[in-house]
Amino acid sequence: MTRRRKSIAGVLALVALAAAPLFLSSFTISLLDYIGVYALVAIGLALLTGVGGIVSFGQAAFVGVGAYATAWASALAGYSPWVGLALAIVLTCGVAAVLGATTLRLQGHFLSLSTLAWGLAIGFLFGNVEGLGNFSGISSIPPIRIGSLALTESAQIYYLIWGVVAASLVALSNLLNSRAGRAIRALRGGNVLVESLGIDSFRTKLAAFVIAALLAALSGWLYAHMSRFVSPATFDAGMGIEYLMMAMVGGQGSLIGGVVGASIITFLKNSIQDYLPLISPGASGQLEVVAFSAIFILFLQRARRGIVPYIVDRLPKASEPVDESAADLPKRRQPPAGRTILSVDQVVRRFGGLTAVNLVSFEVRAAEILGLIGPNGAGKSTMFNLCTGALPMDSGAIAFAGEPIRRMPQRAIARAGVSRTFQHVKLRPRMSVIDNVLLGAHTRTKAGIAAGMLRLDRSEEASARKEAQAQLQRVGLGDVLFEEAGNLPLGKQRLVEIARALAADPVLLVLDEPAAGLRRNEKMALAELLRSLRADGLTILLVEHDMEFVMSLVDRIVVMDFGSKLCEGLPAEIRADPRVQEAYLGSLA
Amino acid sequence: MNAMLSLENVSVSYGHIEAVRDVSLSVAPGQIVTIIGPNGAGKTTLMMAAMGLLPSSGTMRFEGVDLEGVEVERRVEMGMCLVPERRELFHDMSVGDNLLLGAFSRRDRGSVQDDIEDVFQRFPRLRERRRQAAGTLSGGERQMLALGRALMAKPRLLILDEPSLGLAPLIVREIFRIIASLRSLGISILLVEQNARAALETADIGYVLETGQISQSGASADLADDPGLIAAYLGGR
Amino acid sequence: MSFDIAAILAVDGVSNGAIYALVAIGTVLLFSVTRVMFVPFGDLAAFTALTLAALDGGKRPGTVALVAILAALAFSMEAFALLRAGRRRDLPKAALYYLLVPGVLAAIVGVAAPLHPPLPVRLLLALMAVTPIAPLLDRIVFRPVADAPVLLLLIIAVALHFALVGLGLLFFGPEGVRTEPLTSGSLEIFGTTISGQTVLIVVAALALSGLLYVCFDYTLVGKALRAVSSNRTGARLMGIRPARAGAIAYILGSVLAGVSGILIAPVNTIFYDSGFLIGLKAFVGAIIGGLYSYPGAALGALFVGLLESFASFESSSLKDVIVFSLLVPILMWRSIASLHLEEDDEE
Repeated sequence: MTRRRKSIAGVLALVALAAAPLFLSSFTISLLDYIGVYALVAIGLALLTGVGGIVSFGQAAFVGVGAYATAWASALAGYSPWVGLALAIVLTCGVAAVLGATTLRLQGHFLSLSTLAWGLAIGFLFGNVEGLGNFSGISSIPPIRIGSLALTESAQIYYLIWGVVAASLVALSNLLNSRAGRAIRALRGGNVLVESLGIDSFRTKLAAFVIAALLAALSGWLYAHMSRFVSPATFDAGMGIEYLMMAMVGGQGSLIGGVVGASIITFLKNSIQDYLPLISPGASGQLEVVAFSAIFILFLQRARRGIVPYIVDRLPKASEPVDESAADLPKRRQPPAGRTILSVDQVVRRFGGLTAVNLVSFEVRAAEILGLIGPNGAGKSTMFNLCTGALPMDSGAIAFAGEPIRRMPQRAIARAGVSRTFQHVKLRPRMSVIDNVLLGAHTRTKAGIAAGMLRLDRSEEASARKEAQAQLQRVGLGDVLFEEAGNLPLGKQRLVEIARALAADPVLLVLDEPAAGLRRNEKMALAELLRSLRADGLTILLVEHDMEFVMSLVDRIVVMDFGSKLCEGLPAEIRADPRVQEAYLGSLA
Repeated sequence: MNAMLSLENVSVSYGHIEAVRDVSLSVAPGQIVTIIGPNGAGKTTLMMAAMGLLPSSGTMRFEGVDLEGVEVERRVEMGMCLVPERRELFHDMSVGDNLLLGAFSRRDRGSVQDDIEDVFQRFPRLRERRRQAAGTLSGGERQMLALGRALMAKPRLLILDEPSLGLAPLIVREIFRIIASLRSLGISILLVEQNARAALETADIGYVLETGQISQSGASADLADDPGLIAAYLGGR
Repeated sequence: MSFDIAAILAVDGVSNGAIYALVAIGTVLLFSVTRVMFVPFGDLAAFTALTLAALDGGKRPGTVALVAILAALAFSMEAFALLRAGRRRDLPKAALYYLLVPGVLAAIVGVAAPLHPPLPVRLLLALMAVTPIAPLLDRIVFRPVADAPVLLLLIIAVALHFALVGLGLLFFGPEGVRTEPLTSGSLEIFGTTISGQTVLIVVAALALSGLLYVCFDYTLVGKALRAVSSNRTGARLMGIRPARAGAIAYILGSVLAGVSGILIAPVNTIFYDSGFLIGLKAFVGAIIGGLYSYPGAALGALFVGLLESFASFESSSLKDVIVFSLLVPILMWRSIASLHLEEDDEE
């Protein structure tokens, strides 16, 4: 869908929503109210889990914090619900920030277990605090007032709820199409790529986490003033998994999926409550839980990606044209040819008892292509990871542009001008080609989360897109800008990685086996591209297995064997060196 | 069909990448056959597919039996055994337990202890370290343990993936001496190697795999004299 | 807090901790063999207690019907999968494992229940009734997604727990039960009276852990289980089937959970949903131990039991809050302790 068609669809949806109370029964409207309230949480989870890949079982606790905050403020302390809103947001986001700061460094399932743990702890807390009414909760919460109008009827608060839902959807979908949002989208699939792009993965996770909590707080606030009553049971672990279910059923990576999921689950729950008593009178409550869990499990087994992506895949792709008149992104000045860019000095790296890199030294000079070769298990990849900061070294020194990199995190090295590609291509397969390349330009742009949500980043974004397009055209992919990256053949995916690295305007381009798996003509085109990059003053460090490719391309070669440097020299010298032949072909047994 | 293992037009793909294309080869009973080729040529992929660890197309037969839809564990029970490139030892278990588990698929439990003794005879270093955890062994010892564990299964076809990988020259020599000695046990061997010279020295027949396809094949003595071989490794044709 | 009170709390904590330890060991076993964090072991403990209570009363426990239904479901799924793969010959074996064995076990329990057999037989019957549940659930729920990431398996396990709570209410009803004590004696050590039940709990926990240790270190099956958890591919290459190892792990874990249910039933009133807290606290213990170490899990569970006991003295209403809040710092410590170069989980 183009942006225009998307807007038209959005306006139509809004009109339909606005007109709904005129046609529907009050029961249906109140059902829609609930859906809206749940959808807010599910949208947040769609961002956190579906987009960012962080599975949280604890959102119900955040809803609870928001709901109890406003319930306490308005029903017990006598403040206006609007004060309650402020308190709900501040308190929930505060709790989320603290929890996030302490737990988001955890890995994968440990992180999710921690959400289960604090979700339970907060849930138990509600029922055990004297001032919050223990297990019976807080009742007689006043309705929200706008001016003199009290939103007591379900059709009145309906507009507020769905207004908030619509605004959240717009803000978040703006965010996802901005610099900060792309960083969140890149989280799913691991930190290695994210950090190599100069993105702070922890801060990005924290941002997604707090945004999701904010939406949960809004939901809690609306819930408290809609039902006018809060009790611990509404925010227990069961509800936490129900929210997760809504986000997952709706679909991975899709915000609308949150709304769809909330609608389906709520309607389904409602109809199960209607029909189960007919099948099994007297046992409906327990069967409801069983049926629900069973459906969810079946869904996770069979259709993990969810409903919305299934539909979106069948619609035409978005292709917002690139603005050719946008200003250029600032470029850095490349150092003069021949100056030492990277110096590796007596570097050692051990894994347990194995010394993978042993006292290796070499230099990379500006505007040259240096090949690093050696048989399998020679320690090339380890050397490579040491140069980019992906691994710490045990001893020795590596300096980039004169600066020692020993204490620098990987993302700082990336910002200083080292861009890399990966032996096993690391793209975000569900993102478009141009979005993948835009990730590379992250360090050259500045727009934050708020700017992204409010579309204040448009001129910078246009410049970045123009740059991404230019780099894609440079590697010969100008015609697949809006394809899903995962749909490209391997050869083109490798080129996307190179375009992404180029979009960072690097000083040193570090390529890990760029020719692996390419066909012969693709290899020739790649060699041609690398030569033209060298002509533009770029410096390239290349690890490669394909000797024909290396020999015809590079200026100098460093050979490694058994973790040590075997020799160094011009391609012709290396090929004639009997030590190299022996390293590759082996000695006679 | 009296081949131990025969592959006909086998192809293996990962997603979009066809790592192995239309490979046909066969191993006769008692023969040592080697597949050599540069890094990234698809040798390991082909071996994983032969063992059933990766899906493939084409036809594979073991002792005449079609392997279509036959799971890895069943192939082991039939008499195939793979010593993988990554060894895949049980690191937190003792050397002795690793060997014992090698015999898991066998029905004749009675002679297992004798066979462990045989392995210790063959690899005296393992006897010294029988109570040590496999994870504490050196690279060469790990390869010996992987070989010993495979022998415990009493396979009729042993597939060795890069047995010399990452080992110092002296140990490589020892490993190849042991491989050659297995011939006397009547085990057929499919040997995948990057160390072409040592592999051709040991094997009867050789195949050269380049970018997923067989580029040459023949008696290993002939292949060893072929100047084209250096080109395949170091480029420059 | 005086020494007397501290001693009583400590005895209480050790007794609870020993119960959590049994479930925690099962959790670690199952996680290392199948990568599933089986949250519902706690539910199985509660089911065993409820089954035993029904048997004590001479009634047929709801477990019988539950097992029968699960067996039918598991067998149909297996049969369907076999037929689709063209493996008709394997049908009889599948019928034996998924239909006949659980069916016979359930039938024995169903027939024996009204006869009101003596206590040791009732204990055995309760275990027989509950043990088939987890392996059947494995076939129905987890086998179709055996290669899924750990996280997805965890979500499914949590969802499965909620399904089991619902089934628990359906098959056992809402009433809480407390079974008769297994022993009435008591012991006095350093002036503190220790009930025979507590002694029994600790002894049973020690004995079962010891038995498991012997099984892992001295039997081929035990070693094969360890091999699968150590290196799945390596195990397959030796002809060890991970799915079969998983089924054995489910059975062992169920027995451990079942015994813990039998032991706790005379001490605490057990409801259909009591298993959640037992399971989660055992889980916390297992995580303290790092999810891979059996002694670690047992010590962790003991620690949780003690913490809970002392926390309930300070504030009985907040003891659960304290126990679960504790998990967060523990996870952080664990995560730092096991810092390794992350493996990327691609989509």
